[in-house]
Amino acid sequence: MSEVAQHYAPGTHPDMPPPAGQRGILLWLRKNLFSSWINSIATLIAIYLLYKIIPPLANWAVLDAVLNAGNREECKAIADGACWAFIKDRFSILVYGFYPEPLRWRVDMSFILLCVALVPVLFDNIPFRKPGLIFSCVYPFLAGWLLLGGFGLEPVGTDEFGGMMLNTVVGVTGIAFSLPMGILLALGRQSHLPIVKSISVCFIEFIRGVPLITLLFVASTMLNYFLPPGTTFDLLLRVLIMVTLFSSAYIAEVVRGGLQAIPKGQYEAADSMGLKYWQSMRLIVLPQALKISIPGIVNTFIGLFKDTTLVLIIGLLDVLGIGRSSMADAQWNGLSNEVYVSIALFFFVACFSMSRYSIYLEGKLDKGYKR
Amino acid sequence: MGEANTAAASVQSSAGSDDLIEIIGMHKWYGDFHVLKDINLNVKKGERIVICGPSGSGKSTMIRCINRLEEHQKGQIIVDGIELTNDLKQIDAIRREVGMVFQHFNLFPHLTVLENCTLGPIWVRQTPKAEAEATAMEYLSKVKIPEQAHKYPGQLSGGQQQRVAIARSLCMNPRIMLFDEPTSALDPEMIKEVLDTMIELAETGMTMLCVTHEMGFAKTVADRVIFMDGGEIIESNDPHEFFENPQHDRTKLFLSQILGH
Repeated sequence: MSEVAQHYAPGTHPDMPPPAGQRGILLWLRKNLFSSWINSIATLIAIYLLYKIIPPLANWAVLDAVLNAGNREECKAIADGACWAFIKDRFSILVYGFYPEPLRWRVDMSFILLCVALVPVLFDNIPFRKPGLIFSCVYPFLAGWLLLGGFGLEPVGTDEFGGMMLNTVVGVTGIAFSLPMGILLALGRQSHLPIVKSISVCFIEFIRGVPLITLLFVASTMLNYFLPPGTTFDLLLRVLIMVTLFSSAYIAEVVRGGLQAIPKGQYEAADSMGLKYWQSMRLIVLPQALKISIPGIVNTFIGLFKDTTLVLIIGLLDVLGIGRSSMADAQWNGLSNEVYVSIALFFFVACFSMSRYSIYLEGKLDKGYKR
Repeated sequence: MGEANTAAASVQSSAGSDDLIEIIGMHKWYGDFHVLKDINLNVKKGERIVICGPSGSGKSTMIRCINRLEEHQKGQIIVDGIELTNDLKQIDAIRREVGMVFQHFNLFPHLTVLENCTLGPIWVRQTPKAEAEATAMEYLSKVKIPEQAHKYPGQLSGGQQQRVAIARSLCMNPRIMLFDEPTSALDPEMIKEVLDTMIELAETGMTMLCVTHEMGFAKTVADRVIFMDGGEIIESNDPHEFFENPQHDRTKLFLSQILGH
């Protein structure tokens, strides 16, 4: 390190760039992995564990895996690793459930349109955002029409929904509708109007007091006792309602935490300007509260998406349900690892994407007012 | 505003009708604590009033009652002919005419400086956006920070933030400006720039009520200085008399403490 030899008169020192950092991978290793005895030992243990885990895993999953075979015996005859041929064989049923095969293009279409509809909602510096948002509002009806049929398309009963498609339908619907409901509940809980407040509190506390499975059972069995005899409505619809209500209670509490983090001065500044309640909520309070709540909200949504697999309990076959019933097939008997790994991969991709989006969103909103 | 005026006409007090603010026999309690005791105050149009006193004396509470950020339990507050009650319409009508500048600025951090200033006119007064922006730039120029219009409050210094807060309130074209210790959270170098802004504002004839410890400001600008202690108005006088001939012991004690250092 060379020292700055020149001295400057007081008040005349120019701004200078910082000294060049020291590079080199050896230095990085020394600083990060071997900086102290404990770190060094931990690094060695980690290396050992990786050595024990990764090669066998790579062998099983990739190197010795079998992609084309007719049944389990054939798989075993070819190689010893994962029998991905099983997943390949079952792939369409894992994804579409029991949706009639000639109509599966409708499921594909609704998924592609879902991605299109999500883009203007999730990102704001894209061209044609306004028409995109209008499409996003129309999308739920469009998707309903595509998936359920009617009005020119052949109808498909909801009992034929299954697999990843079912998880996605329940998850996306739950997420999309529980966010606005949760926000309203959070505002209701903070309200000064006693009736609104007690309804919000009772609703939130009741929903949070019972497991989702209980609510799903209520949806599938008990609801019939409360409705006039002879009326039933679609099981999937009941499940969607329950999942949405469940999630909205949790979102309400997350948002309430965000609302409490807003300094009182913000409410006062909004009030002293003459803004009405809904104006100050929409323009001042909620933008700030929701920004603070993003980690909690996305966390709840990730949990919700994984909870969609609970519909298994009331007889709707989601991806896990179909995976498990596939394992019972005589031809592929006992190939549980492949099934679980694939299903885990499906959930991981979905949940990790949500997680990365959350990080992106937080970073984007932070630029606005970094102190 | 029409319906507010007819409602007000029926509760018009007998005091002088060119009083912009009339506070008559106002009391306030926080629970059992009697925080404001028998406040009587009349403010004429164009008057500049400085309110001083030890902390906990109720000064901030009193001016926050004027725009209903705090509720009073007894007595009357009449602002611009409209009585302050629980009627939301009247409260909103009063708040449109009363601007407030806070000790901690309370700028909206997620909006730019320009958006902070145009929010009120656009959403409360239904001003078209272009006009609101023009007004905002005019007031930002008056407080001498037009170049900051597209920055976020978090990027500005304390003195600049407070000047934006003043411009934001002025964009609503209020008839009364309330200042709640506007310079108490500022570094000494920035206090001057904010006080200069307030002095210029005073010279335009704005009715101002200012809670502050800046006695220099009071001497320069105030028409009246009010001393509060323990929730009561102890003394109220023009600045010269107030500082030269304080009447009450408590006033004398306070002045010796605040002007001593």
